Amino acid sequence: MQSEQPILEVRQLTMDFGGIRALDHLDLQVREGEIVALIGPNGAGKTTFFNCLTGMYRPTGGDLLLTPPGKETRRLNGMKPNKVTRQGLARTFQNIRLFPNMTVLENVMIGRHCRTRAKVLGAIFRDRRTRREEEEIVAFSYAILEKIGLAGVVNEYAKNLPYGQQRRLEIARALATEPIMLLLDEPAAGMNPQETRELDELITRIRDEGLSILLIEHDMKLVMSLSDHIFVMDYGKKIAEGSPEEVRANPAVIKAYLGESDA
Amino acid sequence: MLRLKDLRTALLVALWFVFLTFPIMVIRVNPFERTITWRWQNMVLVGVGSFLMYLVSRIVLQRKAARQKQLRLGLIREKIPWSQRLLEEPRIYLPVLAGVAVFALGFPLLFSTYQVNIMITALMYVMLGLGLNIVVGVAGLLDLGYVAFYAVGAYAYALLHLHFGLGFWTVLPIGALLAAAFGILLGFPVLRLRGDYLAIVTLGFGEIIRLILENWNEFSHGPSGIANIPRPGLFGIEMDLNSAIIYLYYLMIALVLFTVFVVNRLQNSRIGRAWFALREDEIACQAMGIDKTRTKLTAFALGATWAGMVGVIFAAKTTFVNPASFTFLESAIILCIVVLGGMGSIVGVILGALVLILLPEYLRAFSDYRMLVFGAVLVIMMVFRPQGIVSNVRRTYTFRKENRTPEASNTQG
Repeated sequence: MQSEQPILEVRQLTMDFGGIRALDHLDLQVREGEIVALIGPNGAGKTTFFNCLTGMYRPTGGDLLLTPPGKETRRLNGMKPNKVTRQGLARTFQNIRLFPNMTVLENVMIGRHCRTRAKVLGAIFRDRRTRREEEEIVAFSYAILEKIGLAGVVNEYAKNLPYGQQRRLEIARALATEPIMLLLDEPAAGMNPQETRELDELITRIRDEGLSILLIEHDMKLVMSLSDHIFVMDYGKKIAEGSPEEVRANPAVIKAYLGESDA
Repeated sequence: MLRLKDLRTALLVALWFVFLTFPIMVIRVNPFERTITWRWQNMVLVGVGSFLMYLVSRIVLQRKAARQKQLRLGLIREKIPWSQRLLEEPRIYLPVLAGVAVFALGFPLLFSTYQVNIMITALMYVMLGLGLNIVVGVAGLLDLGYVAFYAVGAYAYALLHLHFGLGFWTVLPIGALLAAAFGILLGFPVLRLRGDYLAIVTLGFGEIIRLILENWNEFSHGPSGIANIPRPGLFGIEMDLNSAIIYLYYLMIALVLFTVFVVNRLQNSRIGRAWFALREDEIACQAMGIDKTRTKLTAFALGATWAGMVGVIFAAKTTFVNPASFTFLESAIILCIVVLGGMGSIVGVILGALVLILLPEYLRAFSDYRMLVFGAVLVIMMVFRPQGIVSNVRRTYTFRKENRTPEASNTQG
């Protein structure tokens, strides 16, 4: 298992904003079918890392290498966000970014955009291929919503959903792009314990279907129960990594989270 | 419901209005006789009027807020607006549609040429509104220079006829394509701009086109314009003015139907959904794999296409073009049509165009107060119904449990 080429390999990733180094030679690997968590205090650079990975920022240095199972390695540096999504990385956002005035189903249907092809002329003439594609989009999206447990609210506007369901819808939308790896930015933020338990179960189920998952999370209970491997960041650097047990016992992690004692 | 505070504010509002309107409503200076008339009764009217208007608007807004609160608490269900009910119930909208169709077809027989002419103008604005709706209403790109594409279409016909003797039907698609090309041309530099910045750049673009037409005499004949543009032909049949206008009317009806058909299909497609999503959240859109650049350019180009076509028709209708027809005011009116009608709603934009173009025409009776009423209608609309006459309703789907075949139920309003 270990000898295998990881799906995502990050080498010496560096990101500078003016004189501020947000990411400092970060190394990270995600293997196929793993749930990997990225933790660290606020401002450690976790979301910056996600933004570099998904093409929102162009990293200053280092490599982002994606190797889809059975395919060649591709370098993601500087690729546009929509291209990154096409390569098979789909993300959710820390502050929910749904399309509020579109229905739940349409939100998921947008996720199908990068896997479908209909053009302007197809839309106007509505030829056989376009019609079939459109039916496929709807059926695929509905199937995902059924899996996520939102089939009952397909025609509801996204803005009218309760918070927990909005978070799930974001995951559903990301799944619609048929990713090989799912990037979740604080998926449990603001959820109650019941919703968090459901989320835990959902993420495990997605992993069991063969996806790799990289998540940023502050809910330590969730992180510890879910993750196969944890990376800890502080000030843009990786300060520790390992299994949940190793990380829990690591003095550097405790120091980063609780502060240094003067004694 | 009304508290003392509201009355006090109303009083202040009334005083403010009295103060504002004092120079024009109360003082009348007669420079020839060197006298001043003080029309105090006007001051009282303005004061009482604005006092009552304010109170009424307070009551309406309070009731609206109370409803929304009840709605949030789940005490009442959301009332489906009449416009949406009208569009959803075939028993209602089919007869209405049939009535509209009969009226539209019989219009030239029932009314004078003058009325038909006004209607042609209104229909042209329906097309312009539907075109701009793609850019502003659907894709959410605030374009204040839309009139530029209109001018491109009009001058395409005028110049191609002048130099090459091309006819209306040849130029109609050329004008549309040319405008689309200009749409892409404008699209490229403004791709990274949003909101206010985009609005200003497009405004500038509109003015540039107008100024070029005004000053480049060798090219566009400057402010004197180009005359003697032929009306649309019909297999070379000679028509007198009257029948030419009636012919143009039916042509416009056909083109509007064509526009509605195409725009409706576009909105209910993969591209249309991408436009809506772009309006909602650009960053999420990109993260979901939508190519922002291409989607925006398509919106600009397709929106401009309609303006180009209407431009050709405009040149053919008036048989004369000059830059004065393509001022910023035109862009503003078309934008008003889209916003007042309801952004993203096809029925709304059609109603908006008819109201905004026909209202000033039929308000000529009150010629002095025409623009005042027009302005008041816009202000009142935006305060009480900011979503427009018909709000955009998303398409819904029903799923049968057994085989999960999707079935589209209603189309977008």
